[in-house]
Amino acid sequence: MQAKGRVHKYGDNVDTDVIIPARYLNTSSREELAKHCMEDIDRDFAANVQPGDIIVADKNFGCGSSREHAPISIQASGISCVIASTFARIFYRNSINIGLPILECEAAAKGIQDGDEVQVDFDTGRITDLTNGKSYQAEPFPPFIQNIIDKGGLLNSLKG
Amino acid sequence: MGMTMTQKILAAHAGLPCVKAGQLIEAKLDLVLGNDITSPVAINAFEECGADSVFDNNRIALVLDHFVPNKDIKAAEQCRQTRSFAGKYNIKNFFDVGRMGIEHALLPEQGLVGPGDCIIGADSHTCTYGALGAFSTGVGSTDMAAGMISGKAWFKVPGAIRVVLKGKPTGWVSGKDVVLHLIGEIGVDGALYKSLEFTGEGVAALSVEDRLCISNMAIEAGAKNGIFPVDEKTLAYEKGRFQREVKIYEADADAEYERTIEIDLSALRPTVSFPHLPENTKTIDEAAGVKIDQAVIGSCTNGRIEDMRVAAKILKGRKVADGVRCIVIPATQQIYLQCIREGLTETFVEAGAVVSTPTCGPCLGGYMGILGKGERAVSTTNRNFVGRMGHIESEVYLASPAVAAASAVTGVLTDPDNL
Repeated sequence: MQAKGRVHKYGDNVDTDVIIPARYLNTSSREELAKHCMEDIDRDFAANVQPGDIIVADKNFGCGSSREHAPISIQASGISCVIASTFARIFYRNSINIGLPILECEAAAKGIQDGDEVQVDFDTGRITDLTNGKSYQAEPFPPFIQNIIDKGGLLNSLKG
Repeated sequence: MGMTMTQKILAAHAGLPCVKAGQLIEAKLDLVLGNDITSPVAINAFEECGADSVFDNNRIALVLDHFVPNKDIKAAEQCRQTRSFAGKYNIKNFFDVGRMGIEHALLPEQGLVGPGDCIIGADSHTCTYGALGAFSTGVGSTDMAAGMISGKAWFKVPGAIRVVLKGKPTGWVSGKDVVLHLIGEIGVDGALYKSLEFTGEGVAALSVEDRLCISNMAIEAGAKNGIFPVDEKTLAYEKGRFQREVKIYEADADAEYERTIEIDLSALRPTVSFPHLPENTKTIDEAAGVKIDQAVIGSCTNGRIEDMRVAAKILKGRKVADGVRCIVIPATQQIYLQCIREGLTETFVEAGAVVSTPTCGPCLGGYMGILGKGERAVSTTNRNFVGRMGHIESEVYLASPAVAAASAVTGVLTDPDNL
């Protein structure tokens, strides 16, 4: 499985309140949540994002609230992958559980710039910055987690 | 190699003689929790995957607490969906307006969580119940759905940070100051993926309510859970309350900790977290004088009866400063009633504060006290991220009920000793 897209770059501690502010948590509609994704950190995100785009951020991405609305809004925006130095743990499991691929790679998170074109190979954990030709190696998922992502999320994987 | 307290509880619930950090396990759950924000997403997932039954209708708690009484039509629809699900599957622990409270104050109060439990909740502050010697952690809605169906959840066994507490807190120092100090020391990702294991002779000096406040904010250091040993205070709290058998787990003497942090409780000062991260802590001595527009006293962190008593003690015979809105939110119906019976509500109203029925409301910028552009609040809640309580140019200063009440009186961040 691969992802390829343009990068939206952010810093440390991007919290779930800025990913999807609580004022929009009165709905669980994917389309509605996508309209307000990243609104309090990047007002133009929803207007600019293209299907396949990739979010790259530094440490502790997705900290704060357990709201699954956060990875849902990112997934529904068309984002194909999130790369960060580290992820907050609830965001990490929520992303896996809904089938949003996320990769921890500090070197990529630091090296990749906003607007770069990036390709990710989930089977190998290889991240390639097509804009400057640099490449990075992330840990691929353990088989248990890869299985959940391959099946399209936790509940689908439970169905067997 | 020995196990930590968290690892022992996880091993017991996974049916394994021992587990080690990093191991992936599947554990049986004693309780699965959801609220009016997270349950609808879980219910959608539950229904989309074709489930038609829950694992145990006694072991699911659904609490309408974030946007109730319904703040708008969309919130009303989310509550309606949750209420309907609770009815359809005969969920015993469904808490609607009139019975509800803020979930993490309500569940301990109702005896639904206790020592030795393994609990997941679709709310990040589910880690609160670690105060009672449970393994308890926040998850998302899909985990909640899977938990409601199967009664199980997957976990990566966490490594641990040991927090050794010494001495006794003095003056107005409370559990809130302990946990803000800790987060200031290790940072908002200082315990990422790990358990915080509180220990030491200082534990005995902390009330169960102080411990609930400390475990509540373990997530603010990135931790998976924050757990206290079970002692006489825990058992006294649970007596006549906890509905299941108390199971006491203790860390092995040779348990492995990645790091040990010592906190001398007697040296702590009232502490404030400045915008926009809980790790931006200063003592009240360094923080005094910042002008505020609003004070919020409540939430799953600090809406318990001890918090109400402290706030009332400070507000008694005093007035909220001109230009400050002071909002007091007892966390459960029982605490609300206690406030009335003890005369605290009268003190709050006479001081010029407003007293709300239980709700998470302003903590997450839902309603009941949203901040406008450039406004500042001192708040006993748990997060001060950008836009958390309203406008993206507003600011939240996290503090204890004593500091929030004292600041409401003066209109600036204030050491309660200086009133």
